[in-house]
Amino acid sequence: MRAVCWHGPLDVRVDNVPDPKILNPRDAIIKITSTAICGSDLHFYDGYIPSMMPGDIVGHEFMGEIVEVGPAVKNLKIGDRVIIPFPISCGNCFFCRKEQWSLCDNSNHQAHLIEPLYGTSPAALFGYSHFFGGYAGGQAEYARVPFADVGPFKVPDHLSDDQVLFLTDVLATGYMGAENCNIQPGDTVAVWGCGAVGLFAIKSAILLGAERVIAIDRFPERLEKAAMMGAHEIINYEEIDPGEALKEMTGGRGPDACIDAVGMEAHGIGPEGVYDKVKQAVRMETDRPYVLRQAIVACRKGGTVSLPGVYGGFVDKIPIGAAMNKGLTFKMGQTHVHKYLPTLLSHIENGDIDPTIVISHHLPLDDAPRGYEIFKHKRENCTKIVLKP
Amino acid sequence: METVSGGNQENQPQNPQGVSDAEKWGSLITGGAMVLMGLSQRSLRGALMAMAGGAMAYHGATADKSLTDKVADATGLGKGIKVEKTVTIINKTPEELYEFWHNFENLPTFMKHLKSVTVTSPTRSHWVTSAPFGTEVEWDAEIVADQPNKLIAWASVEGSQVDNSGFVRFQPGPPGRGTEVKVVMEYNPPGGVVGAAIAKLFGEEAEQQIGDELRRFKMLMEAGEIATTEGQPSGRK
Ligand SMILES: [Zn+2]
Ligand SMILES: [Zn+2]
Repeated sequence: MRAVCWHGPLDVRVDNVPDPKILNPRDAIIKITSTAICGSDLHFYDGYIPSMMPGDIVGHEFMGEIVEVGPAVKNLKIGDRVIIPFPISCGNCFFCRKEQWSLCDNSNHQAHLIEPLYGTSPAALFGYSHFFGGYAGGQAEYARVPFADVGPFKVPDHLSDDQVLFLTDVLATGYMGAENCNIQPGDTVAVWGCGAVGLFAIKSAILLGAERVIAIDRFPERLEKAAMMGAHEIINYEEIDPGEALKEMTGGRGPDACIDAVGMEAHGIGPEGVYDKVKQAVRMETDRPYVLRQAIVACRKGGTVSLPGVYGGFVDKIPIGAAMNKGLTFKMGQTHVHKYLPTLLSHIENGDIDPTIVISHHLPLDDAPRGYEIFKHKRENCTKIVLKP
Repeated sequence: METVSGGNQENQPQNPQGVSDAEKWGSLITGGAMVLMGLSQRSLRGALMAMAGGAMAYHGATADKSLTDKVADATGLGKGIKVEKTVTIINKTPEELYEFWHNFENLPTFMKHLKSVTVTSPTRSHWVTSAPFGTEVEWDAEIVADQPNKLIAWASVEGSQVDNSGFVRFQPGPPGRGTEVKVVMEYNPPGGVVGAAIAKLFGEEAEQQIGDELRRFKMLMEAGEIATTEGQPSGRK
């Protein structure tokens, strides 16, 4: 089959590889009909994710049709149309039972790699480095899905791939980012980053009852999409300082909740941004926390900072004194995708959310290398690429 | 009490301290304390023997040390490798886990390096493991303590290629939190070529290996299978 393989920073190729096989009784094989490039795929594309191995098949947003099931999978049959949550979860452990699916105890068989860094391992993820299990991803013609009796989620035929594909990650991630804000009537929520996760966080914050949502980015076309998603106001941070602006816009208080939908590769401006870039380059710091710092300082006293954006390792110069003395709450984590699927599917069916708004490109799988390139540089007004194997 | 050295004890065969040691180790092993912290001064084998058979067994296990062993002890060479690891398994009782583990022939399903375990008598079993450089290592193990649904302790018999001892303990966690499974092991790799192979097998990576084995045991018990990516496609040439 054809599959997108990582060969090094800025080097992904579409290779011919063997077809996946059933390896365990709870496995299934799906024929992929749609798969997307996620903002967090750019982290390994840029070389910031350690423990990638040349040849790894990447991709964690994918859906398709069941073509084979292992002997222990009773609830799926060949031909079922399913989306695949990006965390791999066993469904039986303490965390899965608490619906903390992205913290599954039993999916990362290479947990020893990440334990020295994290203490204990979170769930394995599709196509996202050996720290997270080294599972082959879904930017391919076929994929093996472990624990297929709990992961794959059947989707109705009257919804198109474009409408349901983002249930696998970015839609659920934006939703959890907003849910983590514990939104109360009258709340103002500020969202940094208007990529797909930020856009869905904006829509979700509104659905969860936010009075006012303020979107922050530097690309006019992304800010336009934020307005289409329902953002009440927008801030282009290259034109005005978000910290000052947010304070003025909220009667001097600051937003009740701040969502960092950017994560580890935030583009800082000014001296702090340069400092982070240098440290990251020499590996003293693995993540650039520019947005995180800004969110902490901007947030109102007693407010919530929610992090759906991905961080991988260490950051420094975090204003923990500001966070502590202002009594902030931090909420974060990889998305517990499985938990949100029924709710989000009904939002799509009711027309509350139109996930297709975020898509800027449809490309054949073979064009994946070009897709990564334009997505990284935000060329051609790129917000989200769907690949068709 | 704690200032009495191992050497002194070996020279005092009738020391009644053996009995209180047995009590002490018994409570350590079945209690919640960090076992290895308590064992840092001495061998696990000795402690297990003491627990199993009281002062006489303890004495028997430690008093016949050869001169080379004593030298090694004194210089810190050939010092035992001690590992302690715990996992919690939520959907199985101590009884079920004890039963699965006590059937030693089950162990190779989650212990990757283990080729086979053959039970040869109610208390004896024969172990074969693959070692680096295509070698095999085998030994006979004796159950030295067996508390149904709670604890199994073993030690390799005299003259084994690899001197090892340890125990696995099953105890209920806090309400609703499953069963805590603790493994404590000690190895004394011998010298020579086989020694180097064994050191590689059990030594540098012992902690990770036991951790991985316990993780696989947990996967098998909780999820019914052991997660793997072996055999999946990639673009590696
Ligand atoms: Zn993603
Ligand atoms: Zn789980």
